[in-house]
Amino acid sequence: MFSFCTDPAALEGFQWFSCYLTTGKHMSMYWAVGTVLLLLSITAPTALAFGFAGASAARSNVAPLRWIGKTYIAVVRGIPDIAFFLFFVIALDQAFEYIRHRIKCPDWDEPVRQGNDFIVCTAAKLPLGNAPQWVHETYGFLLAVLTFAIVFGAFAANVLFGAMRAVPKGQLETAEAYGMSRRQTFWRVLVPQMWVYALPGLSNLWMVLIKATPLLFLLGVEDIVYWARELGGAKQPQFTDYPHPDWRMWYFAALLVFYLCFTKVSEVVLDKIMAKLTHGQATAAGEAQRKAAA
Amino acid sequence: MSCWETIADYALRSQGIGERLLPRTDFTLCQQFTLIGSGMIWNIYFGIVALCSGFFLATAVAMGKAARNPWVRKPAEWFIFVFRGSPLFIQFFFAYFVFLSLKDVSSFFDPLTSAWAGALVVLFLNTAAYSGEIFYGALQSIPKGDTEAADAYGLSGWSRFRRVIWPTMLRLAWPAYTNEAIFLFHATTLVFFSGFPATQQRGDALYYANYFADKTFNPFIPYPILAGYFIVLTLVVIGIFGLVNNRLNRHLPQDARRKIKVRPQIIR
Repeated sequence: MFSFCTDPAALEGFQWFSCYLTTGKHMSMYWAVGTVLLLLSITAPTALAFGFAGASAARSNVAPLRWIGKTYIAVVRGIPDIAFFLFFVIALDQAFEYIRHRIKCPDWDEPVRQGNDFIVCTAAKLPLGNAPQWVHETYGFLLAVLTFAIVFGAFAANVLFGAMRAVPKGQLETAEAYGMSRRQTFWRVLVPQMWVYALPGLSNLWMVLIKATPLLFLLGVEDIVYWARELGGAKQPQFTDYPHPDWRMWYFAALLVFYLCFTKVSEVVLDKIMAKLTHGQATAAGEAQRKAAA
Repeated sequence: MSCWETIADYALRSQGIGERLLPRTDFTLCQQFTLIGSGMIWNIYFGIVALCSGFFLATAVAMGKAARNPWVRKPAEWFIFVFRGSPLFIQFFFAYFVFLSLKDVSSFFDPLTSAWAGALVVLFLNTAAYSGEIFYGALQSIPKGDTEAADAYGLSGWSRFRRVIWPTMLRLAWPAYTNEAIFLFHATTLVFFSGFPATQQRGDALYYANYFADKTFNPFIPYPILAGYFIVLTLVVIGIFGLVNNRLNRHLPQDARRKIKVRPQIIR
């Protein structure tokens, strides 16, 4: 990285560290932080969409739709989420391959499950066996994102379902009195008003989502936990220019600090947003704000 | 091999008692039920011990955070912030490697590198921080009249705390604390996926469920079994905490008692 890094063995103290921390592998670790941020930025809106769909389904008039929505919300209660993560990654992968298998190889007559194997025809493999490495990595990452979105979508659905019920009845009755249809009432009155009630739950969810990102490691993505374990382990002089003893403790200490800063910043920002949203609202918090100003 | 033999062989496998080799081929439903159930012993052990010990530290932390003296308040605030602000998964990894390096200092720390003690310490501190925050919130919302009544009766110091503040705090915090207990039991599944080794394949329920899913490449059997076990465990926890809730509220009229509402779980 730097010009003085050509002979690492001769370096001391600060210079050694500035070279050590900018090796190619460390750069991959910093990129992995980007992976976490990317995951958050894709998962959060997707989970919100899943949640919105789930909550709308749960209060639908059509009974089967309502059952699906309620089951979706209820099924995450009582089961450890990490079990969901481990389950969905395999289950989704097999589901996709099975669907492609049915479409691409209609005349395949053997069963898909043979003993302990899950066999689909070569054309249905996902990603294809001859695909480059980056396709495999992206596919793994997308599976992880989808898994996160499904699990957190259920949490979000629960929050939004509560928020939809918290909107004062009078508002909805007024909308009906004006002759709005059910659909119009939903989109023009209920949805715009529910966000104030949903925000405390959603911001809590955001914090939880941040704290769930290290679980990417369990889903086989090369994330920061993976790199911290890789880079922290003891390095022998014959294999690397930068030998060091077992530093995994310090790498994980750094991760701990990273997450602490991340949650702290989010907390501050979310408090600001909440203060903005409650401004002028006829809620207890809004009342307190008005009194404090006076 | 009949199912009874399987149960005899594997029911205590997670504790290292019984058949040493895990099944490798021809997995039966019975084997999956037995082994995953055997792993639940660990989840229950971690959950119960961490909850019971964490309860006392949580009370102390809550009192500390509510204290006026900054030398007491600041450490309590930081303790809660560090354990609630970072992922439990990272805490496990960090603690494991700290314990590994402590091992070189003195053999006194040896047990901490194995899951039964090391992971327990982390779970203990973690639940203490989460419940400490819950108890702190409850302390803040104790009705003013209660403490004034205590003053009027001439109660002070320890007896004021023991007879008025503490019971009221528990009563207010109990529904949220029930949720915390459920989350803690769920969090115990992380132990064997985060550094702490499962020596001789003695793991918890999720460890065995994952083992079966890897070997059979069929997630649709072991994970639902695991889910079933956890739903039963959750219901038991809710039942026990409900009994305590009734006892805490026994002086209130029947319809004024606060029911425990279970909210969806939250990952740490």
